[in-house]
Amino acid sequence: MTLTAPLAALGRMTLALLAATGRVALFAAAIVSHIFRPPFYPREFGQALMQIGWFSLPVVGLTAVFTGGALALQIYSGGARFNAEAVVPSIVAIGMVRELGPVLGGLMVAARVASSIAAEIGTMKVTEQIDALVTLSTNPLKYLAVPRVLAATLAVPVLVAVGDAIGIAGGWMVGVQRLGFNSATYLQNTADFLEVWDVTSGLWKGAAFGFIVAVMGCYHGMNSGRGAQGVGAATKAAVVGASVLILAANYLLTEVFFSA
Amino acid sequence: MITLSGVHKSFGPNRVLRGVDLTIAKGESMVIIGGSGTGKSVLLKSVLGLVTPDQGTITLDGQDVTKGDRDAFLARFGMLFQGGALFDSLKVWENVAFRLLRGTLKRPKAEAREIAIEKLRRVGLKPETADMFPAELSGGMQKRVGLARAIAASPEIIFFDEPTTGLDPIMSGVINDLIREIVVEMGATAMTITHDMSSVRAIADRVAMLHDGLIRWSGPVAEMDATPDPYVQQFIHGRATGPIAAVR
Repeated sequence: MTLTAPLAALGRMTLALLAATGRVALFAAAIVSHIFRPPFYPREFGQALMQIGWFSLPVVGLTAVFTGGALALQIYSGGARFNAEAVVPSIVAIGMVRELGPVLGGLMVAARVASSIAAEIGTMKVTEQIDALVTLSTNPLKYLAVPRVLAATLAVPVLVAVGDAIGIAGGWMVGVQRLGFNSATYLQNTADFLEVWDVTSGLWKGAAFGFIVAVMGCYHGMNSGRGAQGVGAATKAAVVGASVLILAANYLLTEVFFSA
Repeated sequence: MITLSGVHKSFGPNRVLRGVDLTIAKGESMVIIGGSGTGKSVLLKSVLGLVTPDQGTITLDGQDVTKGDRDAFLARFGMLFQGGALFDSLKVWENVAFRLLRGTLKRPKAEAREIAIEKLRRVGLKPETADMFPAELSGGMQKRVGLARAIAASPEIIFFDEPTTGLDPIMSGVINDLIREIVVEMGATAMTITHDMSSVRAIADRVAMLHDGLIRWSGPVAEMDATPDPYVQQFIHGRATGPIAAVR
C-alpha cells in the first residue's frame, strides 16, 4: 500500500458523494419541472396528502406535546438560576414555532414517510411495477414522485402549524399544572412575545423539510437495489439522508431567515 | 415487423447481449428460449426501451424505436410481466383499465370498467374479481389479470415474459392456451420469452434460442425437434451434459 492510498480513498469518497448529490439534485429538478406540466394525477395527490398529512398527525402531535412540556420544565429550571422563570411562556412559544416544531415534525415525518415512500416505490421497482408503468405509457416520475413531493411540501407546513399549537399547549399545561403559572398570564405572555414571522418562518421550514423527505423517499425507492435487501437499504438511506438534509437545511434556513 | 440488428448490452463486465440479430414478422408468434440469465428479459426490455442497448439498432416497421413519439410507440404494445406486476394499490379492474383511465387512450370511467370486465371474462375471470385487490388473488389469477391488462387496449404487439413461471402444470396449460387463442384472435404480433417447453409448443410459430448473448438457432417450431443444433437439443431435452454448461 502506498502513502497516497488513503488520499485516493478520500478522493473517491468525495467524488462519490458529489456524484450522489448531483443525481439527487437533478432528480429533484426533474420533479419540480413536472409539477406544472400535464398530465396531472389528482387522485394520487389526494391519496398522498392523506397518507403524509392526515396519518402523520398523531405522531407529530405526540412529539410536540411532550417537547413543549419538557421545554417548559427546562426553561423554568435554567431560568431559575438568574430569576428569569417568567420567560417560560415566551421561550416555549418561540422555541416551538421557530425551531422545535418544524425540525422535530420534519424528523418524525422523515422517519414515517420517507421510509414508507422508499419501501413502497422500491418494492414496485423490484416487482417490475415501475417497468409496467412505462409500458402503459405512464411516466413513473410523474405518476409516483410528483404527487408525493407536492403533497409532502404542502402537508408538512400544516403539520408543523398543528405541532406548534400542540407544543405550546403542552408547555402551557406543564406551566400551569406543574410550575404554578397563572393560565391567563401564561397565554397572554405567549401571545405578546410571538411575532408573525416567528410562525411563518417555521412553516417555510416545514415546506422545505416536506420537500426533502418526499424527494429522498422517491429517489431511493426508484434507485432501490434488487430483492428485500435492496429495498431495506433504500429505506434506510432515505431516512438517514432525509434526516441529515433536514438538519443541514434547518441551519441554512435559520441563517437566511434570522442572521442580522 | 420487429428487427433487431447487432444488439449489444453489458452490465459492468457482464456482456449479456453480444450482437443479437432477430426478425419477428407481423402477426407472428416468436418464442425466445434460453437458460436463466442468458439475457432473454434484457432483449425484450430493449425493444420496449426499458433497457438501452449499448450498440445496434431495433426497428419497428422500419422505424428506429428510440426515435419518434414514445407514447404512440408504447400504445402499440401490451406486456405480461413475469410476476404480473399488478399495482397493489389499485383494484383489479383499475389495473386492467389502467391505460384506458389516463393518457391518449382515456375513456369515461364506466366505459373503461366495462371493457376491463369484458377482458377479465375473456381470460376466464368472473366479474366479481373486478373489485378485488391483486393481493387477494392466487398466482394463476394474477397472471390472468396481467394478461387482461396486456390486451385491454387491443395492442398490435404483445410481449409475454415467462408467462407460466410459478404456475402448476394445469394452470400453465390454461395460460398457454389463452395466450395462443388471444394472439390468433387479435391477429397480434407476439414475442414470448420462456424456458418452459410446453409453452413453446403451445404458443410458438417460430422459435429462437438465445445463448451466450447470441441467437444460436431460429426456425419454425415444427423444425425445432429435428434440428441437429446441439445447444437446442440439450435445452429442449433438459440434458445436464452438452455444450451448455450446467453451472453458469
